[in-house]
Amino acid sequence: MTSTQTTSTTGTPDGAPYLEVTDLTVKFPTADGLVNAVSDLSYSVPLGRTLGIVGESGSGKSVSSMAVLGLHDARSARITGSIKVGGREVVGMDERDLRSLRGNTVSMIFQDALAALHPFYRVGQQLAEAYRVHHPSASKKEARARAIDMLDRVGIPSPKSRVDDFPHQFSGGMRQRVMIAMGLINDPALLIADEPTTALDVTVQAQILDLLQDLQREFNSAIIMITHDLGVIAEIADDVLVMYSGRAVEYGSTREILSHPEMPYTWGLLSSVPDVHSDTNARMIPIPGTPPSLLNPLPGCPFEPRCAHRDKVPGDLCSTTLPELRPGGRGAGHVKRCHLPDPDAIYEAEVLPEIAPDLAKEN
Amino acid sequence: MLGFVVRRLLSSLIVLLLASFVVFAVFYLGPSNPARPVCEGAGGRCTPERLVAIEKQMGLDKPVLSAYGEFMGGIVKGREIDFGASAYDCTAPCLGVSYDTRNFVTDELKERIVPTILLAIGGSIVFLVVGVTTGILAASRRGSSTDRLLVSGSLLVSSIPYYLLCLIAWIFLTLQTNIFPATGYFPITENPLKTIGGLLLPSLVLGFATAPAYARYTRGQMVETLGDDFVRTASAKGLPRRRVLFRHALRAAIVPIVTIFGLDFGALLAGTIFTEAIFSIDGIGRWGLEALDSPLDLPVITATVLVGATFIVVSNLVVDIAYGFLDPRVRIG
Ligand SMILES: Nc1ncnc2c1ncn2[C@@H]1O[C@H](COP(=O)(O)OP(=O)(O)OP(=O)(O)O)[C@@H](O)[C@H]1O
Ligand SMILES: [Mg+2]
Repeated sequence: MTSTQTTSTTGTPDGAPYLEVTDLTVKFPTADGLVNAVSDLSYSVPLGRTLGIVGESGSGKSVSSMAVLGLHDARSARITGSIKVGGREVVGMDERDLRSLRGNTVSMIFQDALAALHPFYRVGQQLAEAYRVHHPSASKKEARARAIDMLDRVGIPSPKSRVDDFPHQFSGGMRQRVMIAMGLINDPALLIADEPTTALDVTVQAQILDLLQDLQREFNSAIIMITHDLGVIAEIADDVLVMYSGRAVEYGSTREILSHPEMPYTWGLLSSVPDVHSDTNARMIPIPGTPPSLLNPLPGCPFEPRCAHRDKVPGDLCSTTLPELRPGGRGAGHVKRCHLPDPDAIYEAEVLPEIAPDLAKEN
Repeated sequence: MLGFVVRRLLSSLIVLLLASFVVFAVFYLGPSNPARPVCEGAGGRCTPERLVAIEKQMGLDKPVLSAYGEFMGGIVKGREIDFGASAYDCTAPCLGVSYDTRNFVTDELKERIVPTILLAIGGSIVFLVVGVTTGILAASRRGSSTDRLLVSGSLLVSSIPYYLLCLIAWIFLTLQTNIFPATGYFPITENPLKTIGGLLLPSLVLGFATAPAYARYTRGQMVETLGDDFVRTASAKGLPRRRVLFRHALRAAIVPIVTIFGLDFGALLAGTIFTEAIFSIDGIGRWGLEALDSPLDLPVITATVLVGATFIVVSNLVVDIAYGFLDPRVRIG
């Protein structure tokens, strides 16, 4: 059901999106000044679909997703904008309501499962705890049975005995499965997976992604998949949100974004994907330069200092004016934050031959 | 696990032997002559010839190694002790006879150790409860005015020299007012309630003086674990804040705190010299201090050092074993 619906992007086939983020801004006051971790971010995810969020380290992927669970400390984070989960506003929600949301209707699985699981408790205890906090009437026995059931469901062999192991006794891939089991134990409607496969080798990574897709089919949940890796996006996401320096810089359906990217930063990400399937002519080119400081945002496009195509924009627009997130030449479902007048032509003429010579010839 | 314990016990034994030998040798070879008071106290004139004779009788003319060997041998199998005028049949474990009181050191040790243990326990309860609670509170409100107040308050307390704190407490709370009238050690066999009452003030002073260190240490550990990924996971599960704080963060932070506490407790059992001296408690610390008065009471000094070192070494071992229970990742075997 996922692949047939990828034609529309932000719109949903069946009514309102389950998660709707509008103009989300997250700032952290620090000794050095205000860190603008996320600025004016908007996106939405309907049930049964997967949004991939990509971007380099520090682009605000985790900060923005943690805001969905209200996980930021109210004293150290300034959050404005709106986050609606199933119609309920999360920004400014009181702790009680947030707690009933967390791990229940919305759950999150974290990148480094070894660090994210408590080292001193058996995985069964940790899973049962996640279950019981939202099912207060469940007995210890029921919670344990549920934990074993979940371990079984995520493909951990002999779950009846492994339920009593400590996290350090699992392999990396199995540990990540434990995390996923914990994230899914209360059948959440929205699952946020923050780089769940980054530390794993390619085969295990593929298994985990398959697992998530199977579970999504079963429960029709919405998934946010955070990653550095466009390969993961191509595999699993229906829509893609590309983030740079705390902002959305390109957003649309996965097919659109991967076939006709319109923002030089996305081009850069595409060039830096090591693609095991394509031929050896394809080159892996990391984007030169480093992301700008989040402390004192300069006027203009945040990617301008690193952009190889800024000369193609007339005048000093790139360094003076922040581009708005607007549809380019490919319809309202594909938006980008870039001043380039004809990005498609540039992509096909200059970028594609560099990164995928085969594809360039076909086009 | 068993192999680990045996190996540790053996190395501990070597440490004990070395420590006690060094102390024994320093005082044995030192200038103070324990035979002199014996000679002078025996009536009549203490002629040099008589002094030498008594030294010989007491075994003080032997080389240090064999004197030490004799002392240690007494612990295992008992020995005869001859003071010239009087001889003692000291049964194992024999730590000698005090030059000063002429009592068996082992018997005196059994009495002296009780107040020291009680004081160590009392003080520990106070500083664990006060210090650890303060640390948790400060960490959970990190950066708030509560946090700043607690941190600077604990700095203030720990900047007062300890003996001064003892003196102030004793003068104001025992001498001048009657808040803690009966302070000191009263034998537990007679009236346990009175014993507890008498040790209350010393325990409180010891506890409050040590608490700031525990508060700061706990705060540091808690601040660190509160930033750990698994604490974020606990919040993301929807657990109540208190459960996140205690079941998750504190559970991880407690391991290093227990380690430090084990070592501190061992040191407290070795004697709290200032506390015992100022509150006139006849514990191990005060005993060792008095034994240093001239003339040196060599058997008592050696015994206190041996006992203190044993406590410290054993608490080290207990901490290492406890670690295995507290942290499943280091569980051995
Ligand atoms: N509590 C905080 N106080 C101050 N700055 C913060 C805080 N949390 C995050 N930041 C900053 O916000 C920015 C975005 O961080 P975020 O963790 O969202 O990046 P990310 O896109 O998830 O990167 P990665 O791929 O490395 O996980 C970073 O520059 C980070 O230093
Ligand atoms: Mg991140």
